[in-house]
Amino acid sequence: MNTLIFRTVAPFLTALMIVFSIFVLLRGHNEPGGGFIGGLIAASAFAIYGIAYGVAAVRRALWFHPLSIAGAGLMLSVVSGLISAFAGVPFMTGLWIYPKLFGVEVPLATVISFDIGVYLVVVGSITSIALALEEKDDA
Amino acid sequence: MASPSSLSVDLSQAFVMAPPGLGEWLVILPPALMITAGALLMMMRHRVDRHGFIAIPALVALVLIDAALLWKVSTGGPVTMMMGRWLPPFGIAFTVDVLGALMALVSALAGLAAGIAALTDISDSGRRYGFFPFLMLLMAGVSGAFLTGDIFNLYVWFEVLLISSFGLLILGSEKQQIDGALKYAVLNLIGTTLFLISVGYLYAIFGTLNMADIALKAREINGAPLMTLSALFILAFAMKAAAFPVNFWLPASYHTPRITVSALFGGLLTKIGIYALLRVIVMLFPVQREELSLVLAIVAVLTMVLSGLGMLAQNDLRRMAGFAVILGIGNMLAGIATDTMVGLSGAVLYALHSILAMTALYLVIGRVKALTGSWTLSAGGGIYSMAPGFAFVSLALFLAVAGLPPFSGLWPKIMLVKASVDIGAWWLAAGILISGFLATIALGRTFLLAYWRPAPESAASVIAGPLKQDRLAAVAILGLAALIVLFGLFPEAPLSLSQQAATGLLDPQSYVRSVFPQGGAQ
Amino acid sequence: METLFAILVGILFSAAIYLLLSKQSVRVLLGIALLGSAVNLLLFTSGRLTREIPPIIAAGLDALPNNTANPLPQALILTAIVISFSFFAFLLVLTYRAFQELGTDNTDEMRLAEPKNEPMPPTGY
Repeated sequence: MNTLIFRTVAPFLTALMIVFSIFVLLRGHNEPGGGFIGGLIAASAFAIYGIAYGVAAVRRALWFHPLSIAGAGLMLSVVSGLISAFAGVPFMTGLWIYPKLFGVEVPLATVISFDIGVYLVVVGSITSIALALEEKDDA
Repeated sequence: MASPSSLSVDLSQAFVMAPPGLGEWLVILPPALMITAGALLMMMRHRVDRHGFIAIPALVALVLIDAALLWKVSTGGPVTMMMGRWLPPFGIAFTVDVLGALMALVSALAGLAAGIAALTDISDSGRRYGFFPFLMLLMAGVSGAFLTGDIFNLYVWFEVLLISSFGLLILGSEKQQIDGALKYAVLNLIGTTLFLISVGYLYAIFGTLNMADIALKAREINGAPLMTLSALFILAFAMKAAAFPVNFWLPASYHTPRITVSALFGGLLTKIGIYALLRVIVMLFPVQREELSLVLAIVAVLTMVLSGLGMLAQNDLRRMAGFAVILGIGNMLAGIATDTMVGLSGAVLYALHSILAMTALYLVIGRVKALTGSWTLSAGGGIYSMAPGFAFVSLALFLAVAGLPPFSGLWPKIMLVKASVDIGAWWLAAGILISGFLATIALGRTFLLAYWRPAPESAASVIAGPLKQDRLAAVAILGLAALIVLFGLFPEAPLSLSQQAATGLLDPQSYVRSVFPQGGAQ
Repeated sequence: METLFAILVGILFSAAIYLLLSKQSVRVLLGIALLGSAVNLLLFTSGRLTREIPPIIAAGLDALPNNTANPLPQALILTAIVISFSFFAFLLVLTYRAFQELGTDNTDEMRLAEPKNEPMPPTGY
C-alpha cells in the first residue's frame, strides 16, 4: 500500500476530507448531513493517513488520544442537553441564541453543540478502532 | 432561519409548556450523571490514579438520586419527563414507576459496591484500559434502561450497556477473556437484534413506540399478530436474561474477566432482561402473557433445575456462581409465569435480592481466591482458620443465595412457592424447592471444602500475605451482606414496595396517566 | 412492493442465519453484518413504503408539506445502523485478536474458557 503516489497524495486527501467532514457536520443543521456522517468521514481521513504513514504518525498528528476526544464529545453532548435545566424546559430541548458576528446574525443552538459532540464521539471511537486494526497489521 | 419573532405557530400543540420541576429532573439525572462522569474519566486517561476519586463520589450521588427518585415515585406515583419538550407519544419519554426506581436504586448500590472493590482489584493497567469509564457507561445504560418509557430508547440503553460490558469483559485481553468475550459478544448481539426485530414489528402494528401509548392500544386492538410479537419479545429478553435453552453464553463467559467485573455482570446484566420481560410482556401484553404463561413456566422449571445441576458439577467457583445467577433467573421467570399479584411481586423481590446477593457472591469468591490462591474447590481450603470473620459473612451469604432463613432469599421464595401452589402448578413449586435444595448442597459443599477443610500444604505459602491488603473489598462485601441481612430481618419495606411495583405492572393506569395527563392519546 | 420487500428481508434473514450457524468466526461475523441489514430493511418496510418527498422542512416553510414520507422509521434505522456499525467494528477487532491469540477461527476449537476435560469437584471431604 505504501506506494510513492499514495504517500504523496495522502496528506492532501486527509486535509480535504477533514474540511469536507466539517462542511457535512455544519450542513447537517438544516439539510441532510450531520455529526455522525461527518465524524465517519473524518475518521476515514485519519485511517487513510494511518495507512500511508503508520499509526504513530496519526497519534502524533491527533495530539490527544482518540478516546479522550470521544470523551470530550460525549461531555459536550450531555452538557448541551443539561443546559435546558437553566432555561426551565425539559432535557434536550433546543435553545437558540442570535449573536451578531461581523454584522451577520448567526443563529447558534444547543442542537449544534450536541451535533458537534456526536461528531467528536464518532471521530474518537472509530479512529481508535481503526488505529487498533492498523497497528496489528504492522506487528 | 429567521429570528423567533416570525413564528406564529401555536407551540402548545406540540410542546410541553409547563416547566419541569425538580422531581422530573430526577428522572433524567441518573443516566446523565453517569455519562458525564464517564466522559470526564475518558478525558482523564493520563491520570488513572485519580479515577477512583471521581467514580466513587459519582456512584454515591447515583445512589442518593435513585433513593430520592424512589421516595418521590412511591409516595406520589409515576413521574414522566419528555425529551426536547415534544408532547407524547412523539417525544421520547422517560417514565419512572416504583418498579423502575426500585431496580435502579438496588443496581446503583451493587454498582457502588463493585466500584469500591475495584479500587484495589483493578490495577493501573486495567484502569488504562478504561475500567472506570466503562463502569460509568455501564451504569448509565443500566439506569437508562430502568427509567425509560420508550421501547426503542430501551433498545438503545441495552446497546449502551452491552458495548460497555464488552469493554469490561476484555479488560486485560487475556486469551481466556478473548475466547469468552467472542461468545458473549456474538450471542448477546443476536439477542439484541431479536429485540430490534420485535420493535420493528411492534412499530408496524401500533405506529407508536411510547410504552404508555402501547399499553393503551394493546388492550383495544383486535386481530393483530400480537402473539408472534410477544413470543419474539420473550425470546429476545430470555436470551438477555440467560434462561434455558438460550443461556449457554453465560457460563462460557462470566468467569473469564476480573472478579469485580464478574460481580457487576452477575448482579446487573441478566436482571435487565427480567426487568424488560416484566415491563413489556406483563405490562404491555397481558392477554398474550396469560396464554404464554405455560411456556414460561416450563422454561422456568428447566432453567432452575438444570442450573442447579450445573452448580453441582462445577469445580471452578466462578463457574458455579454463573450457574447460581441462572438459577435466580429461573426463579424470577417462575414468578412471571404464575401471572398473579403474589408471583409478580415475588419475582420483583427476588430480582432485588439477586442483584445484591450475586454481586456479593462473586466478590466473596474473589476473596476466597486471594486467601487460598485457587479458584477451584479441589485445591482450596482452610479459610475458616485463617479468617473466621470472613467465613461467617460468607456463610450468611451462601444461606441467602440458597434461600434459607433468616436472609433475603427466603421471602421471595416463599411468595413464589405460594403463588405457584395458588394457581395449582405444584410442579412449578417443586421446581423452585428442588433448585433451592440443589443450590444448598452446592454452596454447603463449597463451605465444607473451601472453608472448613484444613488447607493443603502446597497452598501454605500463599496464605501469609494478602490478608490485610484488601480492606476495600471487605468493605464492599460487608456493606452488601448488611443489606442482605437487613432485607431478611425487616422485609416489610421491600415487600410493600415490590407489591406496589407489581400492582403498577398489572394495572398500568397511573403509568399511562403520568405520560398522558389528559387521559387519552393525542 | 411490501411483498417484494418481505421476500427480500426473508432471503437476507435466511442467509444471515445460515452464516451464523457456521463454525468459522469470520463467517459468523459476516452473518451478523447481514442480519443487521435485514433488520434495517425490516424496519424500513414496517414504516410503510411510499414514493413521497423526504421529510425535510424546506427553507421558508414552518412545517412539513402533507405528502412527506414518515421520518420515524428512518430515524430508527439511522440509530440501528450507527449501533450495528460500531458493534461490527468492535467484533472485527475482537475476531482478529481471537484469531491471533488463539490461533484458530474455528469456534469449536476455542475451548480455553471452557476446557474439555475439566476435573469434577471433589466428592469426598
